[in-house]
Amino acid sequence: MPSVEDYVARIEGTCGEEKDIIVVFKYDKKDEAIANILKKAQLKNSLSGIIFELAFRDISFRVYSSGKAIFRGIKSKEALNNILAALLL
Amino acid sequence: MHENAREKIARFIKAKEPAEIVFVRGTTEAINLVAYSWGLRNLKKGDEVLVSLMEHHSNIVPWEILSKMNGFTIKYAKVNNDGTLNYEDFESKFSSKTKIACLSHVSNVSGVVNDVKRIAKVAHDHGALMLVDGAQSVPHMAVDVKDLDMDFLAFSGHKMLGPTGIGALYGKKELLEKMAPFQGGGEMIKEVSFSQAKERCDISWNDPPWKFEAGTPNICGGIALMEAIKYLEKISITEVLKHEKQLAEYAVKRMRECSKVTLHGPADLSLRCGIIPFSVEGLSSHDVALFFDNYGIMIRSGFHCAQPLHQVFKLQSSARASFYIYNTREEIDRFIEALKEIEQV
Repeated sequence: MPSVEDYVARIEGTCGEEKDIIVVFKYDKKDEAIANILKKAQLKNSLSGIIFELAFRDISFRVYSSGKAIFRGIKSKEALNNILAALLL
Repeated sequence: MHENAREKIARFIKAKEPAEIVFVRGTTEAINLVAYSWGLRNLKKGDEVLVSLMEHHSNIVPWEILSKMNGFTIKYAKVNNDGTLNYEDFESKFSSKTKIACLSHVSNVSGVVNDVKRIAKVAHDHGALMLVDGAQSVPHMAVDVKDLDMDFLAFSGHKMLGPTGIGALYGKKELLEKMAPFQGGGEMIKEVSFSQAKERCDISWNDPPWKFEAGTPNICGGIALMEAIKYLEKISITEVLKHEKQLAEYAVKRMRECSKVTLHGPADLSLRCGIIPFSVEGLSSHDVALFFDNYGIMIRSGFHCAQPLHQVFKLQSSARASFYIYNTREEIDRFIEALKEIEQV
């Protein structure tokens, strides 16, 4: 049974007042992670296949083809895990 | 070779002798060493420590922690809106209560170069000491501790082609001699003899700098730092600064082509080194950094461990481009191409 941990290498809070959260995907799973996310989230904008500006439920976030995503407005670790589970699995 | 490294570092910053160089893990540990070895025993209620608002957290937090322990006051000198130091405010805050002034030589956010010699003179006129955070100056410009008359200078190896986990604290020998050890253990003692009568150990400290170097030293780090210095000397540190300034001037000129980019820091580039803080309209600094990451371009984003300065700039965070000897104009052109794409987001 796949889990969020299969895809995510690290989650870190950004340094700055924005309090965004950066999710770093595992290198060997990043393409699969991004493909899963693009299937489920609503694509609002994309730039040269490098940045994907997305929306899912009431959350807006960006995914980068280098294998990172930046989420804003997430209130707790549990809420982030729920979002990631819904997007990745 | 470890002691050769100490000698090389001493000569690099024009210290009087190698004994004035203490090996530490980096700038942060060097400042903490001064705070705990000197500050803990010399600062008391009624005393004042002067710090600027442009400091890295490593030159703020140790003093705040110590202030809560010893009850002295910390006074923060203002920074102008363009990131330059407000010298009048800094100098007006000195009094007979001031025991030490702590100032970065170069801001790690704006690249502003501070006139530490001027502040050191005012500090000494008031009987205070001068501690300089040289993390962003020693790797980039010629630093002469005697000419600048600083009492302490802290810097790191990893910002000057050396490895992480090694750095140095310069301290005037007469000060280091009076200071108590920072950590206890082997190497920092001359003798530990058990007294049967007292049922305690009598301990005598080693001479400086070894008094401050408890435990097995980072020998590899010290030697690697020496080699890094040799490499910089081969190029010439004045050429390093010249190269960085040329790159910064070119980068700023090209960045001004970008309509959504706001540059922070003084417009007069002669006041700063090769560090360029900036923002892109509508994007957080982290978005900007992640975007550049896709192009193999690394910049820094966030507060850069200098939150008070971001409050001065009224910024939630900033992106920062910085240059060193290995960067080229072609890389700046690539950086600008990527920046122009970011503007389209």
